[in-house]
Amino acid sequence: MTLLRRTVLATAAALALVPAAVLAQDAGKAPIRIGEINHFKRLAAFAEPYRKGIELAVSEINAGGGVLGRPLEFIFRDDQGDPAEAVRIAEELMTRDGAVMLTGSILSNVGLAISSFAAEKHYVYLASEPLADTLVWGSGNPYTFRLRTSTWVQAALLAEKAATTDAIRYATIAPNYAYGTEAVEAFKANLKRLKPEVEFVAEQWPPLFKIDAGAEVQALERAKPDAIYNVTFGTDLAKLVREGGDRGLFEGRDVYGLLTGEPEYFEPLGAEAPEGWVVTGYPWYDFAEGTPGGAFVAAYEEMFGETPKNGSNVGYLTGLSVAAAIERAGSTETEAIRAAFEDLDIPDTPVGPLHYRALDNQSTLGAFVGTTALNDEGDGVMVDWEYKDPTPYMPSDDEVRAMRPAE
Amino acid sequence: MTEILRADTLRKSYDGFLAVDGVSFSVREGELKALIGPNGAGKSTCFNMLTGQLKPSSGEVFLRGARITGKRPREIWRLGVGRTFQITGTYASMSVAENVQMALISHHRRLFGFGARAWKLYRAEALDLLRSVALDDQADRPCSVLAYGDLKRLELAIALSHRPRLLLMDEPTAGMAPSARIDMMQLVADVVRDQGLSVLFTEHDMDVVFAHAHHIMVLNRGKLIADGNAEAVRNDPRVQEVYLGGGTLFKEARDA
Amino acid sequence: MAFLFALFLTGLANAAALFLVASGLSLIFGVTRIVNFAHGSFYMLGAFIGVTLMELLPGAVGFWGAILLTGLAVGLIGALVEIVVLRRIYRAPELFQLVATFGVILVIQDLALMIWGAEDRLGPRAPGLRGVWRIFGEPVPKFDIVLIAITPVILLALWYLITRTRLGILVRAATQDREMVGALGVNQAWLFTGVFALGSALAGWGGALQLPKGGANLLMDFNIIGAVFVVVVIGGMGSLPGAFIAAVLISVLNAFGVAFLPESTLVLMFVVMAAVLILRPYGLLGREETAGEHGQVGAPETPIRPYGPRGVALTVALLVLLAALPAFAEPFLLTLVVDITVFALFAASLHFILGTGGMVSFGHAAFFGGGAYAAALLVYHSETPMELAFLCAPLAAGVLALGIGWFCIRLSGVYFAMLTLAFSQLVWSLAFQWRSVTRGDDGLINIWPADWLNAPMPYYYLTLALGVGGILTLRHIIHAPFGYALRAGRDSPRQAEAMGINVGRVQLVAFALAGAMAGLAGGLFVFSKGSVFPTELEITKSFDALIVVFLGGVKTLAGGVVGASFMTSVEHWLTRLEYWRLVLGLVIIAVVILMPEGIVGTLKRLAGRLRPSTEEAPR
Ligand SMILES: Nc1ncnc2c1ncn2[C@@H]1O[C@H](COP(=O)(O)OP(=O)(O)OP(=O)(O)O)[C@@H](O)[C@H]1O
Ligand SMILES: [Mg+2]
Repeated sequence: MTLLRRTVLATAAALALVPAAVLAQDAGKAPIRIGEINHFKRLAAFAEPYRKGIELAVSEINAGGGVLGRPLEFIFRDDQGDPAEAVRIAEELMTRDGAVMLTGSILSNVGLAISSFAAEKHYVYLASEPLADTLVWGSGNPYTFRLRTSTWVQAALLAEKAATTDAIRYATIAPNYAYGTEAVEAFKANLKRLKPEVEFVAEQWPPLFKIDAGAEVQALERAKPDAIYNVTFGTDLAKLVREGGDRGLFEGRDVYGLLTGEPEYFEPLGAEAPEGWVVTGYPWYDFAEGTPGGAFVAAYEEMFGETPKNGSNVGYLTGLSVAAAIERAGSTETEAIRAAFEDLDIPDTPVGPLHYRALDNQSTLGAFVGTTALNDEGDGVMVDWEYKDPTPYMPSDDEVRAMRPAE
Repeated sequence: MTEILRADTLRKSYDGFLAVDGVSFSVREGELKALIGPNGAGKSTCFNMLTGQLKPSSGEVFLRGARITGKRPREIWRLGVGRTFQITGTYASMSVAENVQMALISHHRRLFGFGARAWKLYRAEALDLLRSVALDDQADRPCSVLAYGDLKRLELAIALSHRPRLLLMDEPTAGMAPSARIDMMQLVADVVRDQGLSVLFTEHDMDVVFAHAHHIMVLNRGKLIADGNAEAVRNDPRVQEVYLGGGTLFKEARDA
Repeated sequence: MAFLFALFLTGLANAAALFLVASGLSLIFGVTRIVNFAHGSFYMLGAFIGVTLMELLPGAVGFWGAILLTGLAVGLIGALVEIVVLRRIYRAPELFQLVATFGVILVIQDLALMIWGAEDRLGPRAPGLRGVWRIFGEPVPKFDIVLIAITPVILLALWYLITRTRLGILVRAATQDREMVGALGVNQAWLFTGVFALGSALAGWGGALQLPKGGANLLMDFNIIGAVFVVVVIGGMGSLPGAFIAAVLISVLNAFGVAFLPESTLVLMFVVMAAVLILRPYGLLGREETAGEHGQVGAPETPIRPYGPRGVALTVALLVLLAALPAFAEPFLLTLVVDITVFALFAASLHFILGTGGMVSFGHAAFFGGGAYAAALLVYHSETPMELAFLCAPLAAGVLALGIGWFCIRLSGVYFAMLTLAFSQLVWSLAFQWRSVTRGDDGLINIWPADWLNAPMPYYYLTLALGVGGILTLRHIIHAPFGYALRAGRDSPRQAEAMGINVGRVQLVAFALAGAMAGLAGGLFVFSKGSVFPTELEITKSFDALIVVFLGGVKTLAGGVVGASFMTSVEHWLTRLEYWRLVLGLVIIAVVILMPEGIVGTLKRLAGRLRPSTEEAPR
């Protein structure tokens, strides 16, 4: 027992010594550090392309002289999918590792935990990937900015397409967690507004990544909907597509798929990718050479020897956003960075100009909407796609102000 | 002498097999009574129905005239009935003294005490009890290192700790050397004499039984076939039939 | 009608893989008594190896051949795990092996990521079995019919193996009485290896057979393990027909749940498990456990004593150091110590019922998270002052534990553990699904301490005072009459009952007390992080605590605290590495093999060797 106490003491002492390394560097050339927290291990399929996107952005920025004359550096930490763990890491990054702001998180709950923590401690947090809109609306705070297109807007884009068809009876299927419910509510609200006569005849809620696709397809089929709205992704999507295809669920029905066209989820379907679905996604394969998007794709393939995913794009934009904000702030002080993010304009990105609204700290990253098809090689792709500016689809400024707690 | 315990046509069946079949007897105050019978006769089953470990299929048990059938072991214990088991059940993670202290703590109804240090409670009393079974020199050893015979004596000390009026001992000397058996039963006999308590015990060693028991009951295949003093039982033809005929006369306990 | 029948068929088809995996787990538990958390990992390996082989081998022969080979390959891997890791620790306290299997999970996760990469693999189709047959007009995938046909064949094959072969006789003998197998002149080590390999192979087959309905991905291991344990427990641990019935029951019920109560599927199986266990404490076809009381097998614990002067001096020195820490340490270290203290209190509360009480809970997170949620809900909805809300954390958790414990204490061993798990899942689902109150997995955020505590230093001292206070209180109770009564009930329930101890009531009070302490830890937790999410109620949270208790040493008083400190520190430092799970898994396995009595237990034994024997002297 006594030995153990000693071990604990020794550990505690060792913990105290490590960060000295951080201080040792010459402040002038020392890199500007950004703390990036994400679900790198368990969701590697989504987090790795994102990380590579950041790495590409950082290498380009540093090749061009860095930010404020200093190199930019991201410290990547795995959150283990645990919000509490993420909060601890966030604190370590900010107080010990010398990070000037935080980015990251694909999981909404982790994003919300970091966001709440950032507001309390006055750290800037760029929620680059989380899907939960409450980050900037219901639970928004002055220190949290959000890059990714809101779920509301993506659902609204699909609802707009749906409203132009004859379909009246809709069925929805979404993973049973906050993002799924949010995505369904957003679709319903937008579609009802555009076309009040629609009916929602079935709502299916498979547990995330534990779908019983056969039963779900039977339940959807039983409701005899005209159209189906799908929010499942990952392995759930693959199983749904397979069972639904075999059982003829999609025959003669319109299907709308939120995020379905993102390569992360669409590529694994291979030749079984469904055709004719209206989806949001990321059609990198169509970006022409010489356009900003095409240049990004080429640089990405050059650097990593693989094609980009949607996460790569988000990661790349994360790097650009951070660099632009710090450059605009002219310093690495939190308040300066925070102020710089408000109404920040980044004119040249692979998706065109990007803006961070002072209203709700949401970026104006849009979404690609298109129809799925199989290309000549038999791979699933989006065709007839267009890049949509989110602004017209956002809730009105007054609605946003009403949602955001008093600032 | 008044009767302290009475069993009335106790019956226990396991899936139709009658382990105990209509047994009636009584134990009187201050009496040292033996229940004997071949292996599997139903002795332990009988004991377990008397002290509440088993529910009888039918029949009744009375303690000083009050019906205790179906009461839980802990309730029967609180009525002043002590018990030792054929397979000892002491607390391996406690010291010898603490095993006794545990019983004393329970007796004094301080089980839900959160303040005191348990091993300080009733230590003197516990040592006295251990001295009475000649275990005081081992009081602070872990119970798990005791020799089997010492465990049996510890059980006795534990069983005596709440000053019971009746003590049921299932094979108290099993697994002991022959000389130690005599000592052990002498100890019990002394306690009976000093404290005036009654003892019902089962035993396979007939030397022990005939040396100490005031009365003897014989159980065979769940049925009581004799109940009387040593002489009467020894001469009972049915008892002789069971023991001589069965070839298991005075057999050592197999499951010690 | 046709619809219902088709739905029923879907359930039956789903039961196939579930039954395969569950039968493997059941076999392994029945014979070796190992609660194999890594079983889901073998299932995942089966899927990945199956995909790889199917890509190599063409045609129908290749497809079915690949499935066959996959089972053999996974069986080999299982044998390797058994020989290298588990064989060394059979003599450790019961359930200790689950820590090792947890290490194996981590290692396999990272190895699979290295070998197969991050991307999901879509499973190949079974040749010739694409498409549907129509049954009463309803489309039913051909492969579903094949699965439905295969499952009874597998059950029969296993049944034949167990009842008609020599191996089976040995397996059955070992299931009933491990020592007996040794007496039969059989090499027990190889029997165990063989059974573990067979069980793993079954999991591998399950993984390969489900490929045409799904695929392979890196989340499969955890995704199936819950359902598999539920099936094994509902069926009765060790019973193959039981596992079959339960697999069918769960799968069919789930299919109907999807169709008629779509949001129920999160917890349906746990509700069923709780109901079955309350009505039939040993599962549908299980028998009462004959094994020893859990956590108490092996050499008995030595009598406990409070620290002597040296121990007290060192404890005081440590506390003084911790109290002085803010004077010289950087702020983050305070946070880390807060986290460690909170986790240590949580682990100590589990250790209290597990070590002293012999009650292995798989659902202790319900009380940690329950306490955290109780406080957070008060703050969030009614803006209760932090101090008051904080007090409610241990209270609410204690009351919750009282309620849950009332059902659970009638059970023992693994069944007790699984019923606690079922209840904790119910609590989790409440937090997850009752969105209007709990905000679901968006969690409750902005739960910060009162102003006078809302800074690193004051909160550090609050945590230190309450955390250390809680741990010392539990320690004190262990030495108090109540702690002794609890230990008596664990060492020999029969004897305890025969000396007037109401074992059930003692256990219930202990359970509630442990729940309250876990709730206190949860209260400290929520105000230090500022938010709480259903993750704090998840199974993994319960297992975190369980693992550190075993790692620290079940049969020691400091085990939980030391294990928690060790784990939090090690994990915190390792997670910055690329392949931290591999390293952490190996560290856990190394600790388990080198220190089979846990960290504290083994150090104590080593220290005991250095000193002359003190067996006679009080400690
Ligand atoms: N739980 C049980 N289920 C079925 N049969 C039982 C059970 N317990 C005891 N028996 C049977 O009941 C009979 C009486 O058993 P019991 O233990 O009372 O005998 P005993 O006289 O104490 O024997 P011994 O001298 O060996 O201790 C035996 O045949 C035994 O096999
Ligand atoms: Mg007997």
